Amino acid sequence: MYAFDFVRPKSLNEAVEALQPEEAMALGGGQTLIPTLKQRLASPSKLVSLKGVEEIRGICRDDQGRVCIGGGTTHAEVAAGVPEYPALAALAANIGDPAVRNRGTIGGSLANNDPSACYPAAALASGATIVTNTREIAADDYFEGMFMTALEEGEIITEVRFPVPQAANYQKFEQPASRFALVGVFVAKFEDGVRVAVTGASEEGVFRWTEAEEALSSNFSPDAVQGLSVPAEGMIGDLHGSPEYRAHLVGVMTRRAVAAAG
Amino acid sequence: MTKVSMTVNGEAAEGEVEGRTLLVEFLREELGLTGTHVGCDTSQCGACVVHVDGKDVKACTIFALEAEGAEVRTIEGMANPDGSLNVIQQAFQDHHGLQCGFCTPGMVMSAAALLAENPKPSEHEIRDYLEGNICRCTGYHNIVKAIMAASGQDVSRIAAE
Repeated sequence: MYAFDFVRPKSLNEAVEALQPEEAMALGGGQTLIPTLKQRLASPSKLVSLKGVEEIRGICRDDQGRVCIGGGTTHAEVAAGVPEYPALAALAANIGDPAVRNRGTIGGSLANNDPSACYPAAALASGATIVTNTREIAADDYFEGMFMTALEEGEIITEVRFPVPQAANYQKFEQPASRFALVGVFVAKFEDGVRVAVTGASEEGVFRWTEAEEALSSNFSPDAVQGLSVPAEGMIGDLHGSPEYRAHLVGVMTRRAVAAAG
Repeated sequence: MTKVSMTVNGEAAEGEVEGRTLLVEFLREELGLTGTHVGCDTSQCGACVVHVDGKDVKACTIFALEAEGAEVRTIEGMANPDGSLNVIQQAFQDHHGLQCGFCTPGMVMSAAALLAENPKPSEHEIRDYLEGNICRCTGYHNIVKAIMAASGQDVSRIAAE
């Protein structure tokens, strides 16, 4: 990888300041960024490690009953720290492998918005709020396509607030080598309706399957989505699966998630 | 170059590194601790697993400067104080948990992290925990068996080869 300056701010303000230069990048757990740097696909002049910024780590509950997870919280900490939202804990417990989960962070994952990452599906299906150093962004406004988000340059995810659904489940069909989601579907049933978010499948990144949401909102059972399908057009096609295969899996994983959510 | 200091296997260690110096490079090239292996250098294989503040991490996917002030443990720090193999290492020997041995340092470090968190793991839990550790020789059966044995569990019902 190319050389860069490495700075370790101790507070959010210091981190924001350090990210001012255009070619500076924030480093969360580094589980995606460090391999990317090795491949020379990114060449920041300065890397700003967020590991020392304690104020963006940890898990708490707000007065609306939402689970609030600091952007610098690791997958392992989420897996162990959100017993009131088991579907989210299970999702975090199945990202990568144990060593990756000890470093990778929720803020890093959401900022990167890999089209096959798990967390975007949880955030979108939960109707989460992404909080940054400058503003709050609804998940519906946050994801803007493959590796694209509403974040501005130098903006840092400080917290992610998840409303806790009545029932929820995440089903991931793993690409067998990388364990990334070939297709992952997160179903969340709230009092006022059901939200379904799909990752891994679309060339546009994570998306809501609104047709399934409507069907499930009136009848929360696998049968309700039995006859529904998403079009293959716009689905990712690669050596792991054709667009048609992924489109098919969206239906299968949705039904499995609904069945498992009960 | 930036000065970095940490505790490695109970002893103070320091050196001068670049921002881009990986922890595994610092351990191997600066400290001469070549027991930690670099298999893939892409965070897939787990041969470089070490413990940082008690957590297993891939030393090829963390910068040395991120471990500033940390307690780092490598395979060189796993033996008993008298130099004999610790219970996990001995179990790998007893149950033929290695052939070429390249992945073994990472396997032992991951196994130690698992047993610290879950002292009596099931066979399924062991296989699940080793998801990020790749072995191309053994087919894993004897590694799983060694970790079961190291946790004091009966291994007679696990497939032998």
